[in-house]
Amino acid sequence: MTEFTPLASLIGGMLIGLSSVLLMAYEGRIAGISGISGRLLPPYRDGAFLSRFGFVVGLVAAPLVMQLVTGQPVMQTVSGNLPLMAAAGLIVGFGSVWGYGCTSGHGVCGLSRLSTRSFVATGVFMAVAFATVFVTRHVIGG
Amino acid sequence: MTFVVNLALGLLFGIGLVISGMSDPAKVLNFLDLAGTWDPSLAFVMGGAVAVAFLGYRLVLRRDRPVVGTKFRIPTRTELEPRIFVGPAIFGFGWGLAGFCPGPALTALGLAAPGTLIFVPAMFAGMWLARLAGERSAEPAMG
Repeated sequence: MTEFTPLASLIGGMLIGLSSVLLMAYEGRIAGISGISGRLLPPYRDGAFLSRFGFVVGLVAAPLVMQLVTGQPVMQTVSGNLPLMAAAGLIVGFGSVWGYGCTSGHGVCGLSRLSTRSFVATGVFMAVAFATVFVTRHVIGG
Repeated sequence: MTFVVNLALGLLFGIGLVISGMSDPAKVLNFLDLAGTWDPSLAFVMGGAVAVAFLGYRLVLRRDRPVVGTKFRIPTRTELEPRIFVGPAIFGFGWGLAGFCPGPALTALGLAAPGTLIFVPAMFAGMWLARLAGERSAEPAMG
C-alpha cells in the first residue's frame, strides 16, 4: 500500500509542467527525460551537451536538496531484485529511445501539444504497463 | 550560464517528482495495479503537469524565439510508423517491471538504493543500444 496523495501529487505535477514550460521558453526544447539523458552519450549531434548535463545534475540533486530543506528523509521502496532491475533498466532505456520518448516527452509534453503520436505512445505504454503489473502481481503471484 | 539555468530547471522537475511521490517506484507500481493496491496519485501528477504545460506552451510559443537559440524545436513528425507502437510497448513492459521510468530513476539516483544504482546504468546502456540500432535502420537503403 502507498498513501493516496492527490494534493501533493497535483502540486508536484504542476512543478513538472512548469519546468517543461520554462525549458521551452529558455532553450526551445521539449523536456523529455529519455531524450535529454540518452543524448548525454555519443554520438553528439548538437552543442547542447552542457545543457542536458545540467538538467540531469539538477534531477539527481533534487531529493538531496529536498532532504536538506525539509529535514525529512525522502521515502521510497525500490526492488532489491538486482537482476530484475538490470533487465528492467535495459528495457526501459531501449524502449523509451526506440519510441521517441517516455512518460515526460510523450506523456507530459506530447499530450500538452495534442500530438497524435504522443497520444498513441502514451496509450500503448500505459496499457502494457497495466498488463505487466497485472501479470506479475496477480497471475504469477506476488 | 545555460548549464546553471538547466540545472535549476532539472532541480525544479526533480523536486516536482519527489513532492508528487513519483520518485518512489512503489507508488508508481500501485498506480499500475488496478486489481490490487491501487493508488491513483499518478493521474493527479499527469493532470497537473499537462494542465500547466498545455497553458504554458501556448503562452511561450507566441514568442518569436526562445531566450537562448534561434527557434523552438518542436517535434513535427506525424506519421504513425511501427516504432511509435513498438518502442512504447517495450518501455511500458520495463516500466511495469520496475516502477521506474527515466525521470524518476535519475531523480532516485541521489538516494542510492541498490536497485536504482543497477537500473540507471542499464537504462543508459539500453538508450545507447536503441540509438545505435536507430542509426543503422535509418540508413539510406531503408529510406
